[in-house]
Amino acid sequence: MENTKCQGCNGQDPKMQEILNTYKQEKDNLIQILNEVQEYYGYVPEKAQVAISEYLSIPMAEIYGVITFYSRFTLKPKGKYHIAVCLGTACFVKGSEKILDRAKERLGIDVGETTKDGKFSLEATRCVGACGLAPVFTVNDEVYGKATVKTMDEILDKYMESEN
Amino acid sequence: MVNLTINGRKVEVPEGTTILEAAKKANIDIPTLCFLKDVNEIGDCRMCVVEVEGRRGFATSCIQKVEEGMVVKTNTPAVIEARRIVLDLILSNHDRECLTCTRNGTCELQKLAQEFYVDEIKYQGSRNKHEIDDISPAIVRDFNKCILCRRCVATCKKVQGIGAIDCTERGFASTVSTYKNKSLNDVNCTFCGQCIEACPVGALKEKDSTADVWRALRDEDKYVVVQTAPAVRVALGEEFGMEIGTNVKGKMVTSLRHLGFDKVFDTNTGADFTIMEEGTEFLDRFQNGGTLPMITSCSPGWVRYMELNYPELIPNLSTCKSPHQMFGALIKSYYAEKMEIDPAKIYVVSVMPCIAKKFERTRDDMQGAGYDDVDAVITTRELARMIKQAHIDFVNLEDSNFDDPMGEATGAAAIFGTTGGVMEAALRTVHEKVTGNHFEKLEYEPVRGAEGIKRATVNMNGTDVKVVVASGLKNAQIIMDEIKSGKADYQFVEIMACPGGCVMGGGQPIRTSKERASIDIRSKRANALYTIDEKSTIRKSHENPVVQKIYEEYLGEAGGHKAHELLHTSYVKREKYKLDD
Amino acid sequence: MKTLEEICNIREEKRKELDLRVNTNATTREKHILVCHGTGCTSSKSPKIIENFRRIIEEKNIENVRVIQTGCFGLCAKGPIVIIRPEDVFYAMVTPNDCEEIIEKHIQNGEIVERLLCKDVDNTVVKQLDELNFYKKQKRIALKNCGVIDPENIDEYIAFDGYKALEKVLFHMTPDEVITEVSNSGLRGRGGAGFPTGKKWSFTKMAVGDQKYVVCNADEGDPGAFMDRSILEGDPHCVVEAMMIAGYAVGATKGYIYVRAEYPIAVKRFQIAIDQAREYGILGKNIWNSGFDFDLEIRLGAGAFVCGEETALLESIEGRRGQPRLKPPFPANAGLFGKPTLINNVETYANITKIILNGAEWYSSIGTEKSKGTKVFALGGNVNNIGLVEVPMGVTLREIVFDIGGGIPNGRKFKAAQTGGPSGGCITEEHLDTPIDYESLQAIGSMMGSGGLIVMDDSKCMVNLAKFYLGFTVDESCGKCTPCRIGTKRLLEMLEKITEGNGEEGDIEKLERLCSNIQKASVCGLGQTAPNPVLSTIKYFREEYREHIDHKECRAGECKALMKLHIDPELCKGCGLCKRNCPVDAISGDVRQTHVIDEEKCIKCGTCITKCPFHAIKS
Repeated sequence: MENTKCQGCNGQDPKMQEILNTYKQEKDNLIQILNEVQEYYGYVPEKAQVAISEYLSIPMAEIYGVITFYSRFTLKPKGKYHIAVCLGTACFVKGSEKILDRAKERLGIDVGETTKDGKFSLEATRCVGACGLAPVFTVNDEVYGKATVKTMDEILDKYMESEN
Repeated sequence: MVNLTINGRKVEVPEGTTILEAAKKANIDIPTLCFLKDVNEIGDCRMCVVEVEGRRGFATSCIQKVEEGMVVKTNTPAVIEARRIVLDLILSNHDRECLTCTRNGTCELQKLAQEFYVDEIKYQGSRNKHEIDDISPAIVRDFNKCILCRRCVATCKKVQGIGAIDCTERGFASTVSTYKNKSLNDVNCTFCGQCIEACPVGALKEKDSTADVWRALRDEDKYVVVQTAPAVRVALGEEFGMEIGTNVKGKMVTSLRHLGFDKVFDTNTGADFTIMEEGTEFLDRFQNGGTLPMITSCSPGWVRYMELNYPELIPNLSTCKSPHQMFGALIKSYYAEKMEIDPAKIYVVSVMPCIAKKFERTRDDMQGAGYDDVDAVITTRELARMIKQAHIDFVNLEDSNFDDPMGEATGAAAIFGTTGGVMEAALRTVHEKVTGNHFEKLEYEPVRGAEGIKRATVNMNGTDVKVVVASGLKNAQIIMDEIKSGKADYQFVEIMACPGGCVMGGGQPIRTSKERASIDIRSKRANALYTIDEKSTIRKSHENPVVQKIYEEYLGEAGGHKAHELLHTSYVKREKYKLDD
Repeated sequence: MKTLEEICNIREEKRKELDLRVNTNATTREKHILVCHGTGCTSSKSPKIIENFRRIIEEKNIENVRVIQTGCFGLCAKGPIVIIRPEDVFYAMVTPNDCEEIIEKHIQNGEIVERLLCKDVDNTVVKQLDELNFYKKQKRIALKNCGVIDPENIDEYIAFDGYKALEKVLFHMTPDEVITEVSNSGLRGRGGAGFPTGKKWSFTKMAVGDQKYVVCNADEGDPGAFMDRSILEGDPHCVVEAMMIAGYAVGATKGYIYVRAEYPIAVKRFQIAIDQAREYGILGKNIWNSGFDFDLEIRLGAGAFVCGEETALLESIEGRRGQPRLKPPFPANAGLFGKPTLINNVETYANITKIILNGAEWYSSIGTEKSKGTKVFALGGNVNNIGLVEVPMGVTLREIVFDIGGGIPNGRKFKAAQTGGPSGGCITEEHLDTPIDYESLQAIGSMMGSGGLIVMDDSKCMVNLAKFYLGFTVDESCGKCTPCRIGTKRLLEMLEKITEGNGEEGDIEKLERLCSNIQKASVCGLGQTAPNPVLSTIKYFREEYREHIDHKECRAGECKALMKLHIDPELCKGCGLCKRNCPVDAISGDVRQTHVIDEEKCIKCGTCITKCPFHAIKS
């Protein structure tokens, strides 16, 4: 995920074209393409949506409908530090909700939002598969297992400090 | 044939029949909400659930096909309880301001609430709040009233091939929305208004212009002229409980006089001018190597579609304005001059079966005489609304005729209101112009009928002219792609945005899903137009004495300089989406 | 490209080479260090462990030692797990820093690193995996190769009878015989509903169509379930092979596997498996000159639980919103792109090759009368041995929770277990001896589900649990049909009302009425089962609901709005642990004095409760 890549200098993004070119112009490729775009840009930029709409002959409203249906796709870039708290049952039973609440409180944002400075974004995820470490949250690719409210505080402090 | 039992009654129906249809055959009504025959058959509202013996859970009667020996029960206490709950849930998330809703009295949800005697919402809860989109000049979306039946989505996508709206978000947050919830004005909507016809509630409606018209009527300085499109007279009666396909021309004219219009003219006369201009334009292109095929331009939804989707084919589009715009320009020029009225004081109201005409009126290059050709467009439904407000006893009104001198129209103009009509009217005139012969047989059967695309070849003095008639934008797309890819071997194309033409326009009386499933509304309304044509003494546009006189006295030649100034327009490429980035 | 003969040769040679993986008495000078590379252990740094092992081995120039990344061993709670073969010594909770010691002591000097050995729940030190109570009652069929082979190496799969079942069906069985074998085995869909697999196959075979498809449902969405992921991560080829067998049986030439994008390791391994199979000529045209064509493609899900519903999954593969279709028509007749389609879930496929090789009779001898074979469960929640277990059908819940799972930690009491995730129901103490099979679980108001098994101790509030599951369903409802879209939302709102202390007389009955109608009137399985957690908690814990409504009390202390924390002065010793750990500084008090909680500041996070060594903090 690299947010800094060219998001269409002069409307033409070679990477976008490259992604499209690996797929046939068939409508069933929509989700595959969106997955790649999301992976590459960290979100689905409007320009990418227009390019996909033209390439696959799918109206923008339908693409928008698909993007808003699947929780993996986002319309806005995520924060520099993307915090995802697992709310899978195993983690929930071990109190991950409180950890999420703490993150919300500290960052002053709700789930699915990004702080105004673009530094932190918050997500409640389904099972990340680390049930043995429950409760779990991740910051970008780093996994924090057997976490408590205190862990969240410490981690947030760490990242906030590194930013100041 | 398949034999089954519904509520203890034996029913025999052809294979492939749904339980809903089979029940109807046995005079058993099953409530529906999301169902719209051939358009939206998705079974998501759950109002039509029934019990089928031996099956776990309910069956969806609007989709499920009958099977031999099936035993169906449509009204067990469990079924009724489930429907009550479903209805309760829908109502709990619905803006229930019925008294101030356009659809008060014609709402399918309201009717169900009455039938189920809903006296209390049992499962109240939070409601989704949406901003009302009233930015476009044509359509208002109020999704606080949307019940997520998706009839509009299917209509826009499957029938019209547009996809301006779709389902977005998921779960309780699900909504029908445009791209990023922009105004219809800023996306690829053509303003055909078919979504309004599909909506069972008041989530989609025309932008009401009756207040503007009342204001003009109150204004003593204004000379208010009204004109009515051909398709309005065969549908207006429905708003007053009359049979579908009743021609109420006489009562309509009388009621317009009662409403206080200074003059009541017939857009059909304008249609005769359109034939003169379009016919001449076609002949010129045909004989002098102009851009072919030439495509008609009297359906503003279609014109907008073309500008949004096929701007490179704009040269193929006839430059003729649509009949009411032509007519408006003539009223503000020829008529104003003749009657010595200041055109600035003339206020032209068009009564149309169409939603897109509201947008067309606001287009650039629609000021033939230096003033807006048309000042207000109201739909058939809005006219009915005005008549009801004035408490005019429409059904018992006496008949009267359009005003002279612009009230004379031909049978050719009348059939403009149905798919194939413009082509047929044009052929009558073009054919005679080319061959110089008078024809007795005026009915061009190959361009009549319900099919979405009709193709025909007409021989004129040894030369074959191939013509195509398409209605509904999905069919238009097929034709456009043929032209774009160079596969078109035809020279003249008629396209109407609405499937079936203007009789089925987005501004016509809204019929319920049940009526649409059981009545051929299109052919009833269209046949009424064909009857008008048949009974007309003059059936060719170029034989209309009013038309002849105005060309002689005022316009000069068809397709000439003055005619161009007043009666023709231009087109622009439009961006499909207004983007943020 | 490899001929069938070449594949057979690989199998023979590789099997000899890998004998040490399954035979503790294998005569070899080689040692294999197996490191779990499943998602759980990966999260706790197993890739780093592999890296360290390899580096140290290279640095020290040690011969005859190989480091192998395997799939999940199952006991995730003790991860990262390292196993040394052939002696089968099992090290638990290994850190990257332990690698040096393991190499020096164990590999080079043959000494066991005692401190890294695993302790069982009863504190006995265990040397071998099999000695753990966790493994004693398990029977591994679907997970047979998980933790044994390197999932990224097709040769290792082939060594352990890989693609032998495919050879058997292509050359020695007719499609009908394959279907009969599967039918006779009694295998039922492991995705949750338990539809007989053989029947599904035969419906798809009988359907008429110029093109048919085989689909694997790997959109494991049940929160807290990771069986399918572990199979794909640990033994991807067994799913490839089974899908091919299914394709041969039903007449399909193309397969799709729909995997959650949130499972990157599984996706990567499965893609490697496809690529290797293609390279060997196992996937492609005219496989081994049998005349059978088959190819496979991965489709990624994008975070929608409802796509686990088979028709929603098909919609998603076709590139649309995952909104379920109405049935009939069933996918067997009109599925993917309108063509006859067979859809089975990962675990179902994982049983197929074993059934083909060992016979239906063998398979059907395992399990109960109506539920044959084994079932994999993801055991989680308040239980000691969190992890993946595969047990024969008919084992009781008590055996899983207490024998395999090692019981409830922290000396707490068992309260309930939830099977079937958000579609299932809770099982209480009184039903702990119910044998696990499809019918028995349904009879007690739960369901088999895909295999999530969450254990809850007495600190859990059952109203809150129902609210949690409904919150999940509301989030994940596709929004297509009214009962699920609005009905589940109303259920959630009522549960919120009750847990916030605003419940009223009649609310329970209102909940029940809505639940039963949502069950009956919803379009798909998601809506039809969404009310189950509410109904089953009401059924078994009606008392708790009543307490919330009548007395505004939550006995578990989980419902924040009903909770008031205070420190019992009788028990407080003034140690200050609570004060130091309180994240919001809501506790004050001097050392050796009774502490007090400032209710205004308290966020009711409960940290103090868990920290207090004297159980002085009461709610």
